Amino acid sequence: MAVDQPTHAAATPAGDQSRIHDIGYRGYDGPRLGRAYARRSLYSQSLRGAYGLGRSVKSKVLPMLLFAVMCVPAAIMVAVAVATKAHELPVSYTRYAIIMQAVISLYIASQAPQAVSRDLRFKTVPLYFSRPIETADYVRAKFAALASALFVLTAGPLLVMYAGALLSKMDFAHQTKEFAQGLVSVALLSLLFAGIGLVIAAFTPRRGFGIAAVIAVLTISYGAVSTLQAIASTQDSDSAIPWIGLFSPITLIDGVQSAFLGGSSAFPGGVGPSHGEGVVYVLVVLGLTAACYGLLNRRYQKVGL
Amino acid sequence: MYDPTVARLTYRALLGRRRALILGALPLLLIVISVAVRALTGADDQTAADVLGGFALATMVPIIGVIAGTGAIGPEIDDGSVVYLLSKPLKRPTIIFTKLIVAIAVTMVFSAVPTLVAGLILNGNGQQIAVAYTVAALVSSIAYSALFLLLGTVSRHAVVFGLVYALVWEALFGSLVPGARTLSVQQWSLAVAHKVADGNLVTSEVGLTTATVLLVAVTVLATWYAGQKLRSLTLAGEE
Repeated sequence: MAVDQPTHAAATPAGDQSRIHDIGYRGYDGPRLGRAYARRSLYSQSLRGAYGLGRSVKSKVLPMLLFAVMCVPAAIMVAVAVATKAHELPVSYTRYAIIMQAVISLYIASQAPQAVSRDLRFKTVPLYFSRPIETADYVRAKFAALASALFVLTAGPLLVMYAGALLSKMDFAHQTKEFAQGLVSVALLSLLFAGIGLVIAAFTPRRGFGIAAVIAVLTISYGAVSTLQAIASTQDSDSAIPWIGLFSPITLIDGVQSAFLGGSSAFPGGVGPSHGEGVVYVLVVLGLTAACYGLLNRRYQKVGL
Repeated sequence: MYDPTVARLTYRALLGRRRALILGALPLLLIVISVAVRALTGADDQTAADVLGGFALATMVPIIGVIAGTGAIGPEIDDGSVVYLLSKPLKRPTIIFTKLIVAIAVTMVFSAVPTLVAGLILNGNGQQIAVAYTVAALVSSIAYSALFLLLGTVSRHAVVFGLVYALVWEALFGSLVPGARTLSVQQWSLAVAHKVADGNLVTSEVGLTTATVLLVAVTVLATWYAGQKLRSLTLAGEE
């Protein structure tokens, strides 16, 4: 707007030398990559960040360590199964994530605050929104990135088990079917856990408290549910067990897969939900995930200014 | 050794705004569960011991200990505001000691009191179970606070390491590897609780003498080392 305008020089009094020089700033006339590109970049950056790639060595340690801890037992099981020439893996694909739930909880608790809390704490969120992305894009990118990171974490060991099972010449069709069922179950688990972790982390900008809050919600709800289920089991009120299981994320996933995905339930007495109750489980899982997405969108509506 | 101003600031940092909600949610859940269990099953000593041992002492006390212990110093180191505290003419061990007292007090209030209330709801203190687990919660609050306060000064990821210890070491390894149980605050405090309880419902892997010695040693050593650590604290930038 303010370039050198010599025509005005005549109007100014003689001796006034003030003028604005054109020092050569240029406008950008390259391609504008737009909203989708920004969203994709945010997604890939967040996904890499969830494993510490592109960040300091120190922040690589924990996610990589947890990933290794997830995979090593699977590798050991495969080795044992191959050595003993077993016809079936010692632990089914659907059961594996349930057994390793402590590791998964720790991963989501450490990475969910990493993904969103720092942006909130250092007030960098407005910078994102000065780019051509909307609230929904930011939420979707972060949600998708964390869910993908969790899927990598949970599907990795399943892949190890599947590869091992095929190498030791177990029945191909049977293993593939179970492997696919396992993948569906960990995909659901990843979506649900990512949603819960992100919502909690987005509401607690201080990193330490975010971690504690996520882990508290996940383990306490599981502890409470399994205590109540054990008591219901000793009281012979088996019909109550599946309904109690609706109140913690990991038992929700357990219920869904034992109802529909051929898994055996880890509930006390092995009393999994029936098909009717399983429908409720699926609805609750999907509802919770959608609710988390909605809450995140609402949270970021007023963040920024 | 105790500075009221530091204590006041720490209380405010720990209990201010939403943090008191996180701390308060767990005890509330314990009480709700106890009421539900009592309504479902009636008073039963074994059930009471299961709920208090499995939920209160194994899960709730460590998590509250982590939040209070690391929360007493971690966030200050994290955002760098600890330099304003360190530049005051106060001995570093005094700061640590004061923060430890506050962390212990907060952990005790939020873990031991609800344990006692839950025990009374569950079986009306039959066989001294409620009192025994309350004593265990009190004793372990001291050790957990000292341990996690030390972690807060040592590492920026104190909460994660604290939770790994509390959940993976004590819960997972403790149930698989018998040796790990000897090195667990939970078992030491159970040894003290065993002395208080009447029957054999409260048991521990370690003897009372060993437990007491280890508890005192861990608390004193952790506090001392945290003081040393704070004397040579370097502030790292955000990664």
